[in-house]
Amino acid sequence: MKYTLSVLVENQAGVLSKVSGLFSRRGFNIDSLAVGVTADPTVSRITIVADGDEYVVEQLEKQLNKLIPVIKVKRLIDGEFISRELCLIKVHCAAAKRFEVIKIAELMNAKVVDVAVSTITLEYCETVEQISTLIDLVKPYGIREIVRTGTIAIDKGKASVQG
Amino acid sequence: MVKCLQAEGVDTVFGYPGATICPFYDSLYDSDINSVLVRQEQNAAHAASGYARAKIKPGVCVATSGPGATNLITGIATAYMDSIPMVAITGQVRSDLLGSDSFQEADITGACEPFTKHSYLVKKTEDLPRVFKEAFHIAATGRPGPVLIDVPIDIQQNEIESFEYPETVEIKSYKPNTKGHIVQVKRAVELIKQAKRPLIVSGGGVLISGAKLKLQQFAEMTQIPVLSTMMGIGVMPSEHPLYLGMLGTHGRRCANKALHTTDLVIVCGARLGDRAIAAPDQMSENTTKIIHIDIDPAEIGKNVKVDIPIVGDMNHVMKKLIENIGDFKINDEWDAEVKDLKAHYQNKISTFDGYVEPRTLIGKLSSMLKSKAILCADVGQNQIWCANNFRIREGRFFTTGGMGTMGYSIPCAIGAKLGLKKRDVVVVCGDGSFQMSLNELSTIVQNNLNIKIIVMRNYRLGMVRELQDNLYNGRHAMTILNDSPDIVALAKAYGIDSAEVSSNEDAEKYINKIVESDKPFVLVCQVHPDTPSIL
Repeated sequence: MKYTLSVLVENQAGVLSKVSGLFSRRGFNIDSLAVGVTADPTVSRITIVADGDEYVVEQLEKQLNKLIPVIKVKRLIDGEFISRELCLIKVHCAAAKRFEVIKIAELMNAKVVDVAVSTITLEYCETVEQISTLIDLVKPYGIREIVRTGTIAIDKGKASVQG
Repeated sequence: MVKCLQAEGVDTVFGYPGATICPFYDSLYDSDINSVLVRQEQNAAHAASGYARAKIKPGVCVATSGPGATNLITGIATAYMDSIPMVAITGQVRSDLLGSDSFQEADITGACEPFTKHSYLVKKTEDLPRVFKEAFHIAATGRPGPVLIDVPIDIQQNEIESFEYPETVEIKSYKPNTKGHIVQVKRAVELIKQAKRPLIVSGGGVLISGAKLKLQQFAEMTQIPVLSTMMGIGVMPSEHPLYLGMLGTHGRRCANKALHTTDLVIVCGARLGDRAIAAPDQMSENTTKIIHIDIDPAEIGKNVKVDIPIVGDMNHVMKKLIENIGDFKINDEWDAEVKDLKAHYQNKISTFDGYVEPRTLIGKLSSMLKSKAILCADVGQNQIWCANNFRIREGRFFTTGGMGTMGYSIPCAIGAKLGLKKRDVVVVCGDGSFQMSLNELSTIVQNNLNIKIIVMRNYRLGMVRELQDNLYNGRHAMTILNDSPDIVALAKAYGIDSAEVSSNEDAEKYINKIVESDKPFVLVCQVHPDTPSIL
């Protein structure tokens, strides 16, 4: 089961190493981790997508809470949050196939951000599921490189993560 | 930094100087703080641990950068596992050299990350008062633990315009919950009232929060029998009718038997590690219900499934339990059954002629000491002998139950003695653990510390040897300590009087004599190598 956690931390040196060290030390498996500053410049927000059962994710929450610079840990509830990941995909693409790839991009709402003689690069900001659909669609042309930011997530409606 | 320590009321620090911590030591030299020079940095941390446990406030240890700091690590990790409040101060290379692999540079905050509750690498001299204030606060509150402050030498040398020590701490992200939720307490009370065979398991959290007497009062009010973990030894006087002893792999059989038949366990300030509960799944599979009270929410439900969690300070929660329990008392059948268990599983001890029987000796030791004596046990068979046989009255039992660090007892005793000078402080260690920290005999002599050391000498690493007997076909790989030095001569070389005995009669004679003296003493007891840990 996948869990999405929003973690507010003090925006200071060493916090990310404390958080990431915890995962390896305690044997937690994480799918992605994305970090950036919040509206309050002294606070950063880390979004973690982790894999595990209820016991694992509860331990993960509690151990994160024990780290002194961690202000708040919130488990986002399935169906009640919006998640996005930004992805750049460089596809092998000779001129003859270029139109096909552009068509797929249009269909999926991805943006063409770079075109070269033998490659075409797509920018895609979507959910993890949509991203894997796009990757499947362009895979037959040959993928040269993929860069992903990791998932970020926000509550739907009025709910929010506050320190 | 010295002013910060004074503002925190620190009267003793344990440490070892070096180039990058010299500015601090130079200022300390003029202060009224007692600076104790140990003989290896690891022991500075263990001594600070002993001091912290005796005084129930953070102990302070100091080391220089690089090797000094890395030597501290085992001591810091020990304090972390045993939840001991501690502030460790390390010197560091000049700020502008950080990260350049300069002489005696080590990333100590990075290295200690897994074993510290928090750590600071100080970048501005102006930050020192705030950092010290926060460090002492974090070390002592919530679940106690070690906090590391790493200070580059230039930060120590800079002058600041005015020194002002903050009165309060404001850490947005650190507000430990000390008050147990009253609804949870009431649910717990209901469960206790329904239970037919309840038990209390008490751990080190009861001692560190100062809730010992409240727990005794609760047990006496309700007549619920009490077990303890190794870190919880001393929660009840050993001879208390309600006390069944230590549980776990090396615990008392009556304690473990009771645990197997209980229907409700009230876990107080214990994390139930694998040495306490070897098969936690079995425990939650049967009908046993569990109430778990701990200050650290991460411990609740980590090792054992819990029915009613209560996050809070033992002192506060115990008070609430006492207020709410009414006149509930356990039923007579359970009471009788527990008494039977206790009578039935009296350990019968086999003896070897021409040797000291350590369990019998430790059983009698307490009666030869003052009631509030502190016993520091090391790690190995000696620890189990002490845990199961020392009869605590009003005193304390210090050992490392979480980390199990050999060589802990002697430096721990140094800290304990400096913390509580009037108490009898006795060390029990093996000849293996003695040799891990015998260099601290110098510290004992230099500081005129009246510490009695009993070395249980069997020329073996007894506990591992026992493991080899049971699991490795008796192949005693590297557990034989033959050709070790003459400990009596060694102690005398350090200037400490010493004697060797090979019968309990002689050992008792010596102990009765040496407790009268205000000088340290090393008593070497010849113990038969086949003397087992338990039974």
